[in-house]
Amino acid sequence: MDLNLTPEETKFRDELRTWLEANVPKDWGEWREKPLEESFPYLRAWQRKLYEGGWAAVSWPKEYGGRGATLMEQSLFWEEMARVEAPPMANSLGLGLIGPTIIAYGTDEQKKRFIPKILSAEEIWCQGFSEPNAGSDLAALQTEARLDGDHYIVNGQKVWTSYGWIGNWCELVVRTDSNVPKHKGLSVLLIDMKSPGVEVRPLKQMTGESEFNEIFFRDVRVPVANLLGKVNDGWNVAVSTLMYERGSYGARLHLIFKRAITRLIELSRKFQKDGHPAAQDPITRQKLAQCYAEIEIMRWNQLRAFSRVTATGVPGPEGSIQKIFWSELNQRLQQIAQEVFGPYGQLLAGDKDAVDNGIWSYGYLRTRGNTIEAGTSEVQRNIIGHFVLGLPRSY
Amino acid sequence: MQFGLSESQQMLKDNARKFFAGECPMEEVRRLMETATAYDEPLWKKMAEQGYTGIIFPEEYGGVGLGKVELALLMEEAGRALLPGPFFSTVPFAGAVIDAVASPESKKKYLAPICAGDARSTVAFLEANASWNFVDIHVSAVNATLTGEKLFVPDAAVADFIVVIARNGIFAVASNASGMQITPMLGMDLTRKLYRIEFQNTPAEKIGDVAALAAGFDIATTALVCELVGGMQRTLDITVDYAKMRKQFGKPIGMFQAVQHQCADMYLETESSRSAAYYAAWALEENAPDASVAVSIAKMYASDAARNVGNRGIQVHGGMGFTWENDVHLYYRRAKSSETAFGDSTFHRERIARLVIDADERLAKSA
Repeated sequence: MDLNLTPEETKFRDELRTWLEANVPKDWGEWREKPLEESFPYLRAWQRKLYEGGWAAVSWPKEYGGRGATLMEQSLFWEEMARVEAPPMANSLGLGLIGPTIIAYGTDEQKKRFIPKILSAEEIWCQGFSEPNAGSDLAALQTEARLDGDHYIVNGQKVWTSYGWIGNWCELVVRTDSNVPKHKGLSVLLIDMKSPGVEVRPLKQMTGESEFNEIFFRDVRVPVANLLGKVNDGWNVAVSTLMYERGSYGARLHLIFKRAITRLIELSRKFQKDGHPAAQDPITRQKLAQCYAEIEIMRWNQLRAFSRVTATGVPGPEGSIQKIFWSELNQRLQQIAQEVFGPYGQLLAGDKDAVDNGIWSYGYLRTRGNTIEAGTSEVQRNIIGHFVLGLPRSY
Repeated sequence: MQFGLSESQQMLKDNARKFFAGECPMEEVRRLMETATAYDEPLWKKMAEQGYTGIIFPEEYGGVGLGKVELALLMEEAGRALLPGPFFSTVPFAGAVIDAVASPESKKKYLAPICAGDARSTVAFLEANASWNFVDIHVSAVNATLTGEKLFVPDAAVADFIVVIARNGIFAVASNASGMQITPMLGMDLTRKLYRIEFQNTPAEKIGDVAALAAGFDIATTALVCELVGGMQRTLDITVDYAKMRKQFGKPIGMFQAVQHQCADMYLETESSRSAAYYAAWALEENAPDASVAVSIAKMYASDAARNVGNRGIQVHGGMGFTWENDVHLYYRRAKSSETAFGDSTFHRERIARLVIDADERLAKSA
């Protein structure tokens, strides 16, 4: 056990730090609050810059334009990005989830065709997984692809698609055989979103924004060459994408949470509870301290999980608790913030008295989604029960 | 950066597990807990032969000179075995306090016999106000004698000398000192006996100043957290085994999500406690700037987690979990005694608040 950085890790971090100091945009604060539609070209340009500096996909193998970074280095990457408050990258699904899946399952031609443009943000990717009747039970999905010569004909509907409105390409899970058990009849197609028959609609969520889309497919023709992996092996391809989702998600969150609790502590000195600053209220102090502690533990859990993967090559049992831990913690953090702010907590962006221009009222609502997206807490607990503790499958 | 165990650390942990499984299985725990002191001399000698009694202490006093992480792993296994008797009181508590506060001469006199396995000891801290804040200590030495009362002192009846925390210093009192009366307090944890000690002009030898006490207490607190982690892991293991085997409605109860999710939460809290415990041990070893906060975070989290894990473990066992025969309640009792020792989660949350919220404010004001 040694939590000091190795010389290689220090070198990696210092090189990145130097690069970020010279290159990170200073005006992100002015763009941050704008709708994504407006800021998207800005985010695309930022990713392009990272790409040119060789920093867009540090986890990818070198031959595909990455740095072959270890998990610890990836973790350092996200920490440094958060430290300088760097903007997010435009093509985050392409870089984080879909690119690695194409590298793992794609043909040489697919890799040559898609990988460089994922890195440069020239082509934005979205993910067509969930359907109205297939959420936690993803393998029950019904969007169908029927072979017709050298094309598949796709019909169906996807939902909760991030970046659907701007996506050029979509990693789509479809049913190619409905006469076999549900997991065994799925395939993954790479779909050009400009294909005739693709219709994208905004999905308004409880926060009032439309981060996500619904996508409808009507007789969409997809060349067989765009099949990712083998036909009817789509479940394995999709699960591998989801593993990337659970792996890379948490790494960037610790510093964001740490910044939030630091800001909340600062605000708790200004907001009053029974005539004195909330920071002096014994019960508020207890709650802030609990939250602070859990944010630290989240990081230690993560470091143990990374070390486990590095040592054994497979994600260890610690990995499966990350999603539950951060998502439920984020909800508690937002609730404590509401308690500190009292009636001011509910004020939305645009009200002159809104705390930090409404990011906390937004956060309170948005974090309800955290325990649902990327695998509900219930599904995560099933995974721990069955795959980690070896209890019999419940469904 | 590597937050896993090294090969030698893993070996130490594996050996400790084998040692306790062989020398102190549950039948032995149950036998000892029915005795007055829960102390077994042959077992003690064997632990000394393993080097456990001197694990973190300098070689010049007969110790093994290993680090806090190694101590953490040993304590985790001791906790898993529910090791009865004065090991905790003697080694990571009294030993660590002596190591932190005493002069080389005093260490030769008091620490060396602990390392050698020749002496057992404990620390007397709490008084009637039951406060873990040093400012609430009233007992004070006058002309090298102590008068007053200490409560909740673990394993005092088998201690060869007792380390007493007084307002004006740290003192060693021999077990046969005059004017000292040790009487049992009937604690819930039958494997770790508690005592009331009354001093009446009892001769005491000053071994150090209170200024250095915190370093010893941080080690003891972390060691206790590691014990809790071992106990949680054992409770989880027993519970999962039971959920796989016990059938109702024609199915193993572990097939029901209501049961699975209880087990998943036990797992989450056990692993998170372990992360916090290991980090605290490492931070102490490295004198990291956040070491004291880390110790409080670990104690805060594990104190609540151990109780929660026990609650869930008993619940999943159903009626079986409520029997004397089942082992889960033995760990549950230990968890309660350890929860209050060195301050419960409320105490440590306030300590974290002082270190994080208030320190930060002082910083902001001075800037």
